[in-house]
Amino acid sequence: MSRLKILALLPLAVALSGCNYVVLAPAGDIAAQQRDLVIISTVLMLLIVIPVMALTVLFAWRYRQSNTSARYEPEWDHSTKLELVIWSAPLLIIVCLGALTWMGTHLLDPYRTLGRIKAEQAVDQSKAPLEVDVVALDWKWLFIYPDYGIATVNDLAAPVDRPINFRITASSVMNSFYIPALAGQIYAMPGMETKLHAVVNHAGTYKGFSANYSGAGFSGMRFNFQGLDDKGFDAWVAQAKSAGGSLGRAEYLQLEKPSENEPVRRYGTVDSDLYRLILNMCVETGKMCQSEMMAIDAKGGRGHEGLNNTLPLTYDKHARRGTPLGPEPTFVAGTCTPEAPQGQTTASIKAPTDIAPLLGAGLKRPTFAPLKSSSFFLGQRPKSDS
Amino acid sequence: MSPDLLKLIFGRLGLESLPLHEPIVVGTFVVVALGGAALLGGLTYFRLWGYLWREWFTTVDHKRIGIMYMILGIVMLLRGFADALMMRGQQMLAFGGSEGYLNAHHYDQVFTAHGVIMIFFVAMPLVTGLMNYVVPLQIGARDVSFPFLNNFSFWMTVGGAVLVMASLFIGEFARTGWLAYPPLSNIGYSPDVGVDYYIWALQVAGVGTTLSGINLICTIVKLRCPGMTMMKMPVFTWTSLCTNILIVASFPVLTVVLALLSLDRYVGTNFFTNDFGGSPMMYVNLIWIWGHPEVYILVLPAFGIFSEVTSTFSGKRLFGYTSMVYATVVITILSYLVWLHHFFTMGSGASVNSFFGITTMIISIPTGAKMFNWLFTMYRGRIRYELPMMWTIAFMLTFVVGGMTGVLLAVPPADFVLHNSLFLIAHFHNVIIGGVVFGAFAGINYWFPKAFGFKLDVFWGKLSFWFWVVGFYLAFMPLYVLGLMGVTRRLRVFDDPSLQIWFVIAAIGAFLVFLGILSMLMQFAVSLLKREQLKDVTGDPWDARTLEWATSSPPPDYNFAFTPVVHDNDAWWDMKKRGYQRPLTGFKPIHMPSSTGTGVILAGLATAMGFGLIWYIWWLAAASFLAMLVVGIGHTFNYHRDFDIPAEDVIRTEDARTKLLAGAK
Repeated sequence: MSRLKILALLPLAVALSGCNYVVLAPAGDIAAQQRDLVIISTVLMLLIVIPVMALTVLFAWRYRQSNTSARYEPEWDHSTKLELVIWSAPLLIIVCLGALTWMGTHLLDPYRTLGRIKAEQAVDQSKAPLEVDVVALDWKWLFIYPDYGIATVNDLAAPVDRPINFRITASSVMNSFYIPALAGQIYAMPGMETKLHAVVNHAGTYKGFSANYSGAGFSGMRFNFQGLDDKGFDAWVAQAKSAGGSLGRAEYLQLEKPSENEPVRRYGTVDSDLYRLILNMCVETGKMCQSEMMAIDAKGGRGHEGLNNTLPLTYDKHARRGTPLGPEPTFVAGTCTPEAPQGQTTASIKAPTDIAPLLGAGLKRPTFAPLKSSSFFLGQRPKSDS
Repeated sequence: MSPDLLKLIFGRLGLESLPLHEPIVVGTFVVVALGGAALLGGLTYFRLWGYLWREWFTTVDHKRIGIMYMILGIVMLLRGFADALMMRGQQMLAFGGSEGYLNAHHYDQVFTAHGVIMIFFVAMPLVTGLMNYVVPLQIGARDVSFPFLNNFSFWMTVGGAVLVMASLFIGEFARTGWLAYPPLSNIGYSPDVGVDYYIWALQVAGVGTTLSGINLICTIVKLRCPGMTMMKMPVFTWTSLCTNILIVASFPVLTVVLALLSLDRYVGTNFFTNDFGGSPMMYVNLIWIWGHPEVYILVLPAFGIFSEVTSTFSGKRLFGYTSMVYATVVITILSYLVWLHHFFTMGSGASVNSFFGITTMIISIPTGAKMFNWLFTMYRGRIRYELPMMWTIAFMLTFVVGGMTGVLLAVPPADFVLHNSLFLIAHFHNVIIGGVVFGAFAGINYWFPKAFGFKLDVFWGKLSFWFWVVGFYLAFMPLYVLGLMGVTRRLRVFDDPSLQIWFVIAAIGAFLVFLGILSMLMQFAVSLLKREQLKDVTGDPWDARTLEWATSSPPPDYNFAFTPVVHDNDAWWDMKKRGYQRPLTGFKPIHMPSSTGTGVILAGLATAMGFGLIWYIWWLAAASFLAMLVVGIGHTFNYHRDFDIPAEDVIRTEDARTKLLAGAK
């Protein structure tokens, strides 16, 4: 390569090295496997895309009008052999990609528990995973650590190499919970729970944010996610505990109100039932929990009297200005609020704790080494954001 | 006046609804008002109103309606692109603690309006306009099946565009993103008029689109000239047929989902609310059941254009006509089985996600086959690099990249890390600009001489081409890069300064595209001035292959004096080869539909009804609705629907052409 060419590439190299391709060099095993799929699929497709582009340029040049030496066959419009090739070549690629997709989608299902910490280390079943309940609020994130009885706003931390089970919901509109360095995103939706299982392998501070537009304060819905060693995590928990403050139903209703660019907040104690109430849209006193309504419905409802239950169920309407044609809200006192256990929404999908790659029945394991989970693209190592 | 009376008359419209506090909007309003006043004044001064009304607004001629669709598309492109420039400017500036120059209230409207306008009021009119103009000519018909309906459809589309434009100066547009997902778009979180503008603009325009789809299906199925069996139809007609089938099958879904949303907003139902068993997820599913076919509605006609252009400018039959047709049909069917890939991240199970991921990938097989067909059409051809062919080559090189990133996004685990990121934005602009927009420009440059009798200027055309292509790559390749850095879409401010350089490059790209649009406008202006030099009297300036080139440019009102008879799928090529002689005698009177103003009036009333519903001006909505019924029923008593062009007129027109053709030789 001539010196000039190297010079020309210089700005590109600078641009590449100065940036943090977090999707291609993540710090968590799930995101790393997702990255691998991105790269493998791209390479598979390039097998066909590059020849097509090259042929386009070649034919466009070769058969230009001024090149009278090229063959010209104005009536040639069919070739069964060529037709076979042009249909089967993409088909073959898609067969491979489809198989990869089926496997990858099941193995990396965000609802599936983790089977491995990283490529060469299986999950230690004796240790409990870290439970985190995530609530997307207007426009900030609330994280509840039920095992530690603490909660934070816009601040998330987890010990390195310990699986994290996220349960995710939202207070008002749709958001998407996304920490690119950790794992792919999943929507956060009011009255519904989504799940995400992930693990962080490298200590550092990474960015998290909402990846689904949710209104005026959306740009400020950012938080830092820290991967800490065990000691650091204990210190982090202690810091939250010592912050004092408690998050109960009243404080939550205050916190839930729309606000933008919220600073980090920590609560030393948290109402242990709060997440369930948020999920069932009944933090406000007098509201009937969705799970209770569902329990009533499951028993056949209460007929005409059931209509009286509507007010305790209204939720969106606290922000409503009323519909122009609909009825004004009328007050019907809530009736009983039976305590119902939280409905089991989805059965969990358990992964085997085995780090050996999947193998078809009766197939021999290939001799070449499989992809390492550490980044091989652009020589990038996972970078901390701060 | 008492507030109650004011409310009765003006609904929630008041002086405070005018965005006087937004200097940018006020400035825009002043410019638009001055420009509009100049235009209206000019029309009045030159006494053009009567001419416009008689010859254009009330016309039922598919050619003029097609041209009006194109004008609508290009005018709205200017608005939609202004929004794009504003976004690029904002994202370029909002770093390091800077808030940029747009507040959230304004910025959120800008990106919503950009998406809505570009899809519904730029891409759709351009595509519909080309189909309207070309399809009847390609199949040797004198007009579409329902000429009045065609006029009505066009004006309904205009009505929707008018409502979107009105939202700029009266009230505000939605701040929800272009698909207005609830709960954000429901009354609880968007109580103002923005989402109502969105709903009624799309409902009014959607009626037009659906009816125009029915019209063109009927035209293609019933009005083909003798000899043109289905498998002898030109490929553009085939793709138009499939597109219109998609329109008729999918637009009602949009109508219904928006109707359900408006019920939620207006009468307090709970289809998409969080409470009372409503499910926002249902909206997301329904809107994408329309939304994904919509993508193919736009791109299939573009594929048709590229097929015509490649074969014409390679001087060669289209390679693999049959497989091209089957590929189109397969895409049409498959486009209904993939909608869920727009929200893999909503928490469906792995099996559901894999199913939709794999069906999406399967679409790339027929699309790939099409790409190869164009490739082998060029193979052993004699390629003339006129403007339409240049756009086609740019398309082929650009679209494969967009297709590849699309298949990548169809792998659910990959989508989890790239969904909603700027990578996604880069992907769909890559296929929509690289496919639909390049296709529309290829089509405009290709069929312009047919419509106006002179070619478009090559110098400004090439300038526009290079600005567009280079600008496109500069504007969107950085977005792919940013997506890999985990940057999400619709952000208004950024905190990481290392990202800024990429947004600067993207903004430069957008500016180059802007120059491309200006060059295109210059191209039209210069061509108009130089029309004598660029004149084509043969009616077949490209030595083309399909029937539209058999008649004069511009074609007479009746398209063909005698209905052609077809023996080959490249009908005109076949006729030329066999020494076809244009008939010079034996002309008969030609039966044609009459112009009518009913379409304009009905669409105007529908727009007024939409405006009334948006602002809760109930009397206006009710009155316009009643008036629509009266005018619609009244029109059924209009018995002056058709007339005969006398044989003398046909003879005069055809003799004039005979002289022109003799002069050209």
